Amino acid sequence: MDSDAAQAMIRFGLGPRADRLAPADPRGWLASQLRAAGPAPTPGTAAALEALRADRRDKPKPMQSRTHALFLRDALAHLTQGLTTEQGFRERLVWFWANHFSVSIRQGPVAGLIGPFIAEAIRPHVTGRFADMLLAVMRHPAMLLYLNNAFSFGPDSPAGRRTGRGLNENLARESLELHTVGLASGFTQADVTSYAKILTGWSINLKADPPGFMFRRFAHEPGWHSLLGHRFPPGEAGGVAALRFLGTHPATYRHLATQLAAQFVADDPPSAAVSQLFDTLHRTGGDLGAAAAALPHLPGAWRAETKLRTPQDLLIGAGRALGLRQAERPMLWALHLLGQPLWAAPQPNGWGDKAADWAAPEAMLRRVDFAYAMAGRFPRPAPTVGHAALGPRLRPATGTALARAGSRRDALALLLSSPEFQRR
Amino acid sequence: MLTRRATLLGLGVSAAAPGSALALAAGGGERRLVVVIQRGAMDGMSAVVPYGDPGLRALRARLIPPPPGQPEGMGDLGGFFGLHPAMPRMLAMYRAGQLLPVHAVAGPWRVRSHFEAQDDLESGAPDRLDSGWLNRVAAELPAGGVAGQAMAVGVDMPLLLRGPARVGSWAPAGFGPVAPDLYARAAGLAAGDPVIGPALTEGLREQGFTDGALGAGGRRRGRAAHGFVALAGAAGRLLAAPGGPRLAAISVDGWDTHVGQVPRLHVMLGELDRGLAALRATLGPAWRQTVVLTMTEFGRTARENGTGGTDHGTAGVAFLAGGAVAGGRVLATWPGLRPGQLFQNRDLAPTQDLRALAKGVLAGHLGLPEAALGRVFPGSAGVKGVGGVVRA
Repeated sequence: MDSDAAQAMIRFGLGPRADRLAPADPRGWLASQLRAAGPAPTPGTAAALEALRADRRDKPKPMQSRTHALFLRDALAHLTQGLTTEQGFRERLVWFWANHFSVSIRQGPVAGLIGPFIAEAIRPHVTGRFADMLLAVMRHPAMLLYLNNAFSFGPDSPAGRRTGRGLNENLARESLELHTVGLASGFTQADVTSYAKILTGWSINLKADPPGFMFRRFAHEPGWHSLLGHRFPPGEAGGVAALRFLGTHPATYRHLATQLAAQFVADDPPSAAVSQLFDTLHRTGGDLGAAAAALPHLPGAWRAETKLRTPQDLLIGAGRALGLRQAERPMLWALHLLGQPLWAAPQPNGWGDKAADWAAPEAMLRRVDFAYAMAGRFPRPAPTVGHAALGPRLRPATGTALARAGSRRDALALLLSSPEFQRR
Repeated sequence: MLTRRATLLGLGVSAAAPGSALALAAGGGERRLVVVIQRGAMDGMSAVVPYGDPGLRALRARLIPPPPGQPEGMGDLGGFFGLHPAMPRMLAMYRAGQLLPVHAVAGPWRVRSHFEAQDDLESGAPDRLDSGWLNRVAAELPAGGVAGQAMAVGVDMPLLLRGPARVGSWAPAGFGPVAPDLYARAAGLAAGDPVIGPALTEGLREQGFTDGALGAGGRRRGRAAHGFVALAGAAGRLLAAPGGPRLAAISVDGWDTHVGQVPRLHVMLGELDRGLAALRATLGPAWRQTVVLTMTEFGRTARENGTGGTDHGTAGVAFLAGGAVAGGRVLATWPGLRPGQLFQNRDLAPTQDLRALAKGVLAGHLGLPEAALGRVFPGSAGVKGVGGVVRA
């Protein structure tokens, strides 16, 4: 493995697998992953909503509910996919976009829906158009429940007038601030309120067979509404038009370019990297495949170890280095202890990906605890793992420390907690 | 605009808590400050309900707890404000003169983004800075004990405590014991890494301290150990321990009540109530030298929204709690709730700068001089500290 292959697999992918050869043509290996879309996902949203409906009828204890069982199944499948995928770059893009449109079990009855959300709203679009991903996200029951839009009523809609219920602007605000144009666009409170009105009626029908998205005409606020200087007509089509507008807005491209560069180049990426990504998104009308293809060509993209691995990155990177093929329940607990429980971000902005977000002293000690626990559970010869996982990144000082360690377990723990392993 | 101005609403219940003068004789070096960050924006008008305002019912009839004296009713705070019924322990603190609710308070920012406002709240400035104001407080204090002057309680290091001063962190639970010298060897290997090296070195320095203060079980406990009540209890033990830090910060998520606010807030406020009681219990005698400041990024809309909740607003409530607090009253210049009195016809209008409240605590409690306050809150020269919030 040369340093370019290491960079391709560790920075852009999820880390080398112990049982796979390094790519001979690292740049070609990255590009090929963007052309080969995976198999179409198995639809799971309706089944998850049926499980939610049944839970509401039977009222099981939370840990015995159908939705909790779905959460566990999907969470372990998600980690297993990370451990085993041959397309680590593509999978990292899935992680990135799932975190950009974060849905968390900390709010709303979404536990059974996050797996289907990623499968149906995120995964098919990671090399497609951003506006298509945005539309799929905003129609998905997971997002409509997580940020409360399913129960937002137009105050002047028939249902609003009859019941006295009204707007909930949570999804509208976070969609502007976090998902699309961002704060730098200078959107106002009036934009948030208008957008919330445009989105009224975007809801779910839990009683239908199959249950799923439903545009509730009688909850929809009548009239035209102005968003960022553009006017949108009433009706579901007005919402679709507003999402197309936001999804192709230059401020959205600027926002996405900044976040992508921070994920793939450095915590504080060169401004040239951001502007190149912006130009690509702008020129292609928000083609995320073109943006992904541009990532390896950005200034700074091949400078090694500028990024700290997040806990999820560390877990999957270690699991791949150790040759694991199947995620296990204790891995979910490990992510919890490391401060990044899966699909449970505390707030709608998802998880941070900068070193300062993860560098608390206690968190770093826990990474050593984690390394020691993994080394005990999955004993492997540390030098072999080190060469396969890090190639030329393995420093002589670390190699010496592995050789001098008092036990094989200590050696492997030192490798997994070394700075070169904790960076990407 | 502000037609009804009523400063210091609520009558003092007790002028001085028994024993408080004695406690303070121990000296400024024993004084402790705990900052609780309530992420997501607490609805101040539910925590401290202005039930005496004639405009309240029209805005949010379904969000108001029963009046004082009724079953499940709020606790009366002097005839105009009521404390939410989920907070009986804090009501007792109020009656003992150890709780000072501060209403219509906001920072100098006027944004409704959680994330931007939390950055501002922790930076202590109208815009995000690279360090937090509590870290800059630590830098103004004499060098701390083995764990440093300040400690984050919880897994993450909030911006509030990031910065040049050395700050520790502690969190419950772990992966089980590691080989005895493994941390030291890992720290040695990472010595050249600008992030991992210092963090491990700092973690090791604290670890000896926290294990001693919390006992052998300190690093290995279950899920319940992660909640605010457990973190607050642990913070009290750490702050009370010999050589312990004088400053601590704890984050509590979950205040973003857009939907079904009444039951959710009941849980959140109850947890805050039990957490502050746990902190008082584990601090022991040191409670008398302690001030707790609870703060949130902004308040919520004065009007109920369409889903039984509230959306992002402006002014809200901060609490000062502790044996060193001159409480038993509500500190508020009440702006009123008529449409013309609301901020942008939407939110409770701010009449109290949060930095002024913090400055009052830092000057009165920790003895920080004016120049230091200016370094802690850059660009706040015109913001004068609120006097009389702590016992002399």
